[in-house]
Parts: sequence; structure tokens; C-alpha cells
Amino acid sequence: MTHRHVLSVTVRDQPGVLVRVAGLFARRGFNIESLSVAQSEQSGISRTTFVVTGEDSRIEQVEKQLQKLIDVIKVVDHTGSAFVDRELMLIKVAVRTPDDRVEIRQIAQDFRARIVDVDRSALIFELTGDEGKMNAFIEQMRSFGILELMRTGRVALSRSASDMKTKSNHRSKVA
Amino acid sequence: MKGSEVVLKALEMQGVDLVFGHPGGAIMPIYDALYDSDIKHVLVRHEQAGAHMADAYYRASGRVGVVFATSGPGATNLVTGLATAHMDSSAVVAITGNVPSSLIGTDAFQEADVYGITLPVTKHNYLVKNVEDIPRIIAEAFHIAASGRPGPVLVDIPKDVQLADVEGTFEHRIDLPGYKPTLVGHGGQIKRAAEAILAAKRPIMMVGGGAQVASTDVMAFAESTGIPVITTLMGIGAYPAGAPQALGMPGMHGTVTANRAITHCDLILGAGLRFDDRVTGKISRFAPKATIVHIDIDPAEISKLVKAHVPVVGDLRDVLPRLKSMLAGLDIHEWWQQLNEWKEKYPERYKTDKPLVSQEVIEMFRQATSGDCIVTTEVGQHQKFAARLFPTSKPRTWITSGGLGTMGFGLPAAIGAALARPGEQVVCIAGDGSVQMNIQELATIFKHQLPIVIAIANNGMLGMVRQWQELFNAKRYSEVYLADSNPDFAKLAEAYGLDGYNVFDREQAAKLIPEVLRKGRPAVMNFVVYESEKVFPMIPAGAGVDEMIIGDQEPEEVEGVKS
Repeated sequence: MTHRHVLSVTVRDQPGVLVRVAGLFARRGFNIESLSVAQSEQSGISRTTFVVTGEDSRIEQVEKQLQKLIDVIKVVDHTGSAFVDRELMLIKVAVRTPDDRVEIRQIAQDFRARIVDVDRSALIFELTGDEGKMNAFIEQMRSFGILELMRTGRVALSRSASDMKTKSNHRSKVA
Repeated sequence: MKGSEVVLKALEMQGVDLVFGHPGGAIMPIYDALYDSDIKHVLVRHEQAGAHMADAYYRASGRVGVVFATSGPGATNLVTGLATAHMDSSAVVAITGNVPSSLIGTDAFQEADVYGITLPVTKHNYLVKNVEDIPRIIAEAFHIAASGRPGPVLVDIPKDVQLADVEGTFEHRIDLPGYKPTLVGHGGQIKRAAEAILAAKRPIMMVGGGAQVASTDVMAFAESTGIPVITTLMGIGAYPAGAPQALGMPGMHGTVTANRAITHCDLILGAGLRFDDRVTGKISRFAPKATIVHIDIDPAEISKLVKAHVPVVGDLRDVLPRLKSMLAGLDIHEWWQQLNEWKEKYPERYKTDKPLVSQEVIEMFRQATSGDCIVTTEVGQHQKFAARLFPTSKPRTWITSGGLGTMGFGLPAAIGAALARPGEQVVCIAGDGSVQMNIQELATIFKHQLPIVIAIANNGMLGMVRQWQELFNAKRYSEVYLADSNPDFAKLAEAYGLDGYNVFDREQAAKLIPEVLRKGRPAVMNFVVYESEKVFPMIPAGAGVDEMIIGDQEPEEVEGVKS
């Protein structure tokens, strides 16, 4: 079965670690739809979120291969379990007429998008939320003219108190 | 103390007394420190060969092999050797010099992104930034290389780090939170494995390269359960080839019995193998009736290709004895009747109604050594003939490039093995194509006067490619002909100071082989053999195990058939 998988990969913050992790996806023929990396709550440890689509069995193989990397501490596949995910987007929308400006601001308000820059001919909004909300806002802005947009990709955390439900942890895998 | 001295001290602390390598600009500080060190250095003529030697040194002895190389081309020459070791799970630590830190990323002379290049062909790699980190990184490198599923680790050290002064403390803490190999098998899984085996009527055990460390456990398990044993190309030696329960090698060029057993068995106990495509053929036709019990130390190998019904992650030395103790009362004598029938009908055979053939040369070596020696091979037809006709009976004595199939491996591997186990006879079975890929190392053999006999099965062709072209490309022999430009191998050997022999017929071969082996001197024996000989049985690439071409192995009652 082919599914979209959201993977949290906890890694040691070492030079080249991202190349290692991303390289594995590339080698196994997966296109990374989005990727975000940042420091975690522990110093020296980064948390990355990958979104990839593929055959479940092949994703499972990638998870095991990721787990084998020395600098990877933990791999959690959020698919099929409770998790929250968010994305941040900056979007620059063209403002051609005063009416447009009013209408754009009204829609932005409905989406709780914040204005972060105002120009005579453009507005930049900041929007956070899940992917569906991002896509809906983009659709709404299309008719006005999107000049540029930048998305961070998804970041995700599992809902349980500790995300120890590591799908590809060696021991639990065969237990 | 300088960084370079710290490197050598750290190696000594790991018990290293021998390294292979080739110096160059960016690793000169380490070579300068080596000048005062007790560590013995084997100067190779090409870094690739150095990596193969370190690899074979590990395979023959179980001690981590170490290779040095300089930056840029020195390090890139290691890549094939590292990839070979990676594919065959061999513990190698490679130490490379790099240009000074301030020049990294500037396209400096002899600069290459060695860390980036070797990343996918090593178990792990390091770029050392601070001289203080050297003791910890070297200790981690050895720990990672040799533990769990072994593999190569590269440590890249910029020249300024080698030259930096450090107040010497060698106290360090290995800090690898993401690396905890599972050694002890899960009790519940072992119990499930035992239940599956007890329910089987036609079980087989398949052992691979991972079993080389667990040979005594494999033998005890086989003896206690009576289960037949198939050894993969990498598993040869982990279970004695001549033992009554041995069915030989599986897969593309496996024995008829082993492949039939796979097709008809109702359970496979896979131990320390990875079910690679040369073993399985088309996966959907592989062991269609079998429950698969797969024991491996690497969880990523389980269900990678062949779906395991009962996976057990752990070290064979832990799992096999525990599993064995649960397996009383297995009755498989009917299965053995069938297997013995096949074994009897399909013994190793080949035709000698033509000029000298590779197989008889290889058999003569087995007879002359009683199989009691270390065998290394190059890659090609001779490798498969050797696997079938010259398999050894002790662990760590069969050394071949199984996964990567690296031509040019066997000759340097013979050197690594000879240095790892001084005094033991080493035979390198080679072809005329592959032996030329690292032929320069004859100089290293001469220098160290190693008791290696290199047997070239010289058919004047790239024989395996020729075989495929004959069978699958309508005899369009594209770029496989070597005979018109091969060197005189005997003269070549002599030029390097080795004994050299050109052998043209079976009488001469039968006489010379024992003589040359008795001399205990390094020698090259070039056997001119029949050019069109093929390796049978053969499963065409992508076909199923049950679609084996039996070829010469088919019994026939005519003269000239040796069985």
C-alpha cells in the first residue's frame, strides 16, 4: 500500500548528518516532499521531520536503514498514530486596487494570517497551520496574484507524553 | 605530542600492530610518526589493493584491518575497497590525510570531499576537526567497525590536525547514543522459531557470511538437529563443505541439490545472510512453500527482500544455542531420502573431453592442499568453480568478494590473509582478466616473501561475460577477448621476483601443482584453459530458482564425464 508518511528523525547534531539522512532517501528512490530540521529540547540533538510518499514496506525498510545510521538516535513514523503537525508559510500577494487590498485583508483575517510587511503593491502574510489550511489560503490568493511564497514544510510531534513508540526501534520491532 | 603521534598511539591502544598503506603529502605527519613507531607498515602499490588487504586481514583473522592513504586520489582509490568491505560486512578502519583545514573547500591540490564520497560506502565516517577528538574518534571507529554487523569506518584527518600539539590524555568516553546493536535474541521470537521448525517436515538451514563468527554454533546446531545446511558464497567455511549434511551453495551458480531443496523445502532457517538476488533469483519463485525464519544481527536485513515469517534479531552465537535446546524430536528422515537422491544424481561433474579446463585445475589444488589452506578468489567463472570445487572447511579461510563482486580483490586479499595468518598456505584462484586489475601487488608479495600461489585460470577471455553473451546475447562476443594482448604471466611473475609457470596441459598441471605448493615460495601459475567452458548449473538473471539450467551437471553415461 502506498501512503504518505510523516517521519520524525532525531539525530545527533553533527556536521553532515543531514546529508546522511537525506542521502538514504535518495538512494532508495524516495522523493522528499518536505523536510525541516532544527535543534530539539536537548542540546546537541536535532529533530527533523520528513514527509515522504511510498510503499509501506519500502518506507519501513528506509526507517530501518535510517535507524542503522550511527548519528540517528530515533525514528518515529507518525503514520497511523496520533500526532500534531504544523507548517509556517510566508506569502507575498499582489495588491492591484484598493478593493483588492480590502478583500485580501478580509480573507487573511478569516485564516488568521498575520500581515508582516506592507507595500504599495504587495502584502506579505505569515500563516501557520496544517497543510490543508495552507493550500486553501493559497487557492484564495491565487486570483489576486501570488508574487512569491515560501513554506517551511511540516514539523510534527506525537501526541503521547513521550514518543517512545518508535516504530523501527530494533527491540520493539520484533517483540 | 602531535596529532599524528596521538593517532598511532590510539591505534596501538586498539592492539594494532600492522597497517597497510601508501604515503602522500597530506598524510606525511602520520608517516613521520610511523618512522618511530612499533607498528609494522606494508607499503602497497595502489591504495585500492591496500583496502582489500585490510579487508582480507579482518576476514582471515577477526582483527580489524587498517589502511592509510593520503588525500584526494589516495583516498578516492580506497573507495572500491571500502565498498567491497561494506557489502561483505568486513571490519576495516581507513585513515586518510586531508589538506589543511584552512584549505578544505577551496579545491586545493589533492583535495577531494572524501567524507562525502565515502559516506554511502562506509558503516560510518568522520572528519576530525580538533586534535583532542582523535583518541575518542579512533576508539569509536574500531568499536563501530567490529561490533554488531561489522563494516568499514573512515577517519579523515586534515594535515593541520595531524600537526597540532596536544597535551596528551587518552581518556575518552565512547559516546554513541544512536548505536546499540541487538546481540541477545528475543526469547519469544526464538520460541516461535522453534515451534515453526518443529512443525516442519522439510527444513533447510542457510548460512551466510554472518555465520563465519559462529561456526562452532552452526556445526553444533546442525549436528544436534540433523537439518541440512546450505552455505552461501559468503558462508563457505562456516560449515564444513564435505560434511554429510552439507548441500553446497545456493543460487545462480549453486548446486542442483541446494536449489532443488530451496524450491521444495517447507522451512528455511536463514542465519547470518541477507537473501541477496544472486541467492534468491526471482523472489516470487523463491522457496514458495517455505516458512522463513530469519536470524540476523541487522534488523534492516529482515524482510528486506524475502519476507520473514519469524524474524529473530541477534547474534548467532546467542540465538543458535538457545534455539537448538528447544528442538528435540525433529524427524526429517524422509526429507533426507529425497535430498540424498538428488545429491547422488547430481554430484559435481564436468567434462574433460577437451583441453585443460578450469575445474580440474581447481580440483587439483584442493587435492594437493587437502583443502587445508586459505583460498582467496578474484571475480568471475573461476570464482564460482572454486566455490563449488574448492570450498574450505574452516571459518575465515574462504575469502571472496561476494556482494560487490570486485575484480582485483583476490590478489591483494591473498596478501592480507597471508599477513594475518603467517605460515599458512594461501592460494589465490584468479582469472586472466581480474588478476590484472591489481597485478602490481606482486611487488608486495615479493617484498614480504609471502607463501602465496596465484593460480590463473587463463581462458584468454572475460569468461563470465563471455558465458552470458553466449547464452543470452546470441554469441555476440563484445569486448571479452584478452588472449591477443595478455602478458606472458610466467615472465611477468619473474620480473617481479616470483616464480612463474605457464602450464598448458593436464599432465603438466598434475605434476607441477604439488611441486610448487611444496616449495612454499611465492609463485604465479598460469594455466591455459579451454576458452568456452561455462559455469553450470546457472539460473539466468531474473529467473526463478526452479528455472535452473543444469547444463553439464546433467548426468549422462558417456566417456569423458568425470563425476
